[in-house]
Amino acid sequence: MTKRIRMDMVFAHSNDVVAREIDGMLIIVPLTAGVGDMEDDLFSMNETGTAIWNMLDSKKPMKDIIADLEKEYIAGPGEITEDAIGIVEELLKRRMIVEAAST
Amino acid sequence: MKGHTYVIKKDLSGYPLGKSGNLPPAQLDIELTERCNNNCIHCSINMPAGDGNTRSRELGTEEWKNILRQAGDLGIMTVRFTGGEPLLRHDFPELYLFARRLGITVLLFTNARIITPQIADMLADIPPLEDIEISVYGMKKESYEAVTGVTGSYAEFRNGMQSLLDRKIPFVVKGALLPPNKNETGEFNAWAATIPWMEGTPPLSSMFFELRGRRDSAARNSMISKLRVSPDEAMVILTEHPESYRREMAEFFERFPPPLNDRLFTCGIGPACVDAYGALQPCMALRRPDLTYDLKKGTLKEALTSVFPSLREMRATNRLYLERCARCFLKAMCDQCPAKSWSEHGTLDTPVEYLCKIAHAQALFLGLVRKGEQAWKVRDREERIKNLKRRII
Repeated sequence: MTKRIRMDMVFAHSNDVVAREIDGMLIIVPLTAGVGDMEDDLFSMNETGTAIWNMLDSKKPMKDIIADLEKEYIAGPGEITEDAIGIVEELLKRRMIVEAAST
Repeated sequence: MKGHTYVIKKDLSGYPLGKSGNLPPAQLDIELTERCNNNCIHCSINMPAGDGNTRSRELGTEEWKNILRQAGDLGIMTVRFTGGEPLLRHDFPELYLFARRLGITVLLFTNARIITPQIADMLADIPPLEDIEISVYGMKKESYEAVTGVTGSYAEFRNGMQSLLDRKIPFVVKGALLPPNKNETGEFNAWAATIPWMEGTPPLSSMFFELRGRRDSAARNSMISKLRVSPDEAMVILTEHPESYRREMAEFFERFPPPLNDRLFTCGIGPACVDAYGALQPCMALRRPDLTYDLKKGTLKEALTSVFPSLREMRATNRLYLERCARCFLKAMCDQCPAKSWSEHGTLDTPVEYLCKIAHAQALFLGLVRKGEQAWKVRDREERIKNLKRRII
């Protein structure tokens, strides 16, 4: 079941994965068993995902991350919020991030 | 900014790591020890497991961690832990976990004899992300132990493998075709097909065994040479399914046109291999001392970016090599390389007659040469390769 993402939530990269940058590309390497569908999968992210991933370890709540993204990217109304929530839901499902706290 | 598939599975196997000067190599081989708990009759790297002198020269845990850290910093994605038997190192779990926590995937080569429940649990909890490769020396205790020379080794190998199976840890098997097990090929293939991660592919079996790259035991090398299959025997094995063999070889010639030049390293070099004592070799097989780089005195980055690339420019000077190998259109399919030349002859560019005979036997079967013809003298080679492709179609 998908966790409901609130704007005061703070997330952090999970200890179940290791993030590496190879040739400018974000590669997420599963560390513990069960991350991803297949145990030999490596993961990367699209541009949106990479930008959000990089901000998720900033200890900022979701609302601040979205505000930062809105300063950096031009997008339609609500689009950045939709993307940010979408990726956080997916990363939580894949155990690549964990909820750190709520502000 | 719009996207609804945020996390993408990434297969780096086709990613050109190491192919340009700016990118790291995809893999680094790490020979944790030359010691082995088996004493296989065909093996070129199996110092006794309890050899204190050998053990005392091996890199320590912190030295290995330093090399792994450098590999991670360079962007290397995979390390292959091999040996000898890498699990003989008491610090294997520590080094394994260290590599994995750096985000490096681990390819483990092992005989599986000392895969204890504790090791298997660790591999289940923190998976290597590469299929473990297990060497199998026989399907029965008698044949297996006639190869390994160690009583009780067969039962230990089966137990180790079962520990992996029980925990669903992916592994594949490979063999070595030797007199004690040569009548078990069918049984080996059938058994291998039951291993889920083999996906029905027949296991690879080595039969053109390498001599000792250290060039320190003529007696051992003589013994290994005698265990190699003859060219005729090799062809019986290679052409068990003649049509698929022809198809594979036609595809091979399509993908790898013969490098008709005097360059020594037509392979492109690598993956580089750190030996048990910290010497970085151009590849696992090439141990010529003046081509290695001492990682106790320098860095992996310097070796991989400044030293080894220059090897690609090395040229052959041996007249025989220039007359034969440099002009031979079978060169891509032949196992001749500087490492083989070094282990056989102590030079980098002496033709290895055994490998030449194997390549010619294959070419004869494929209709690329006529009986007694020397491939380096063939003038209409392009037409012959085209004919091979036409026969497949």
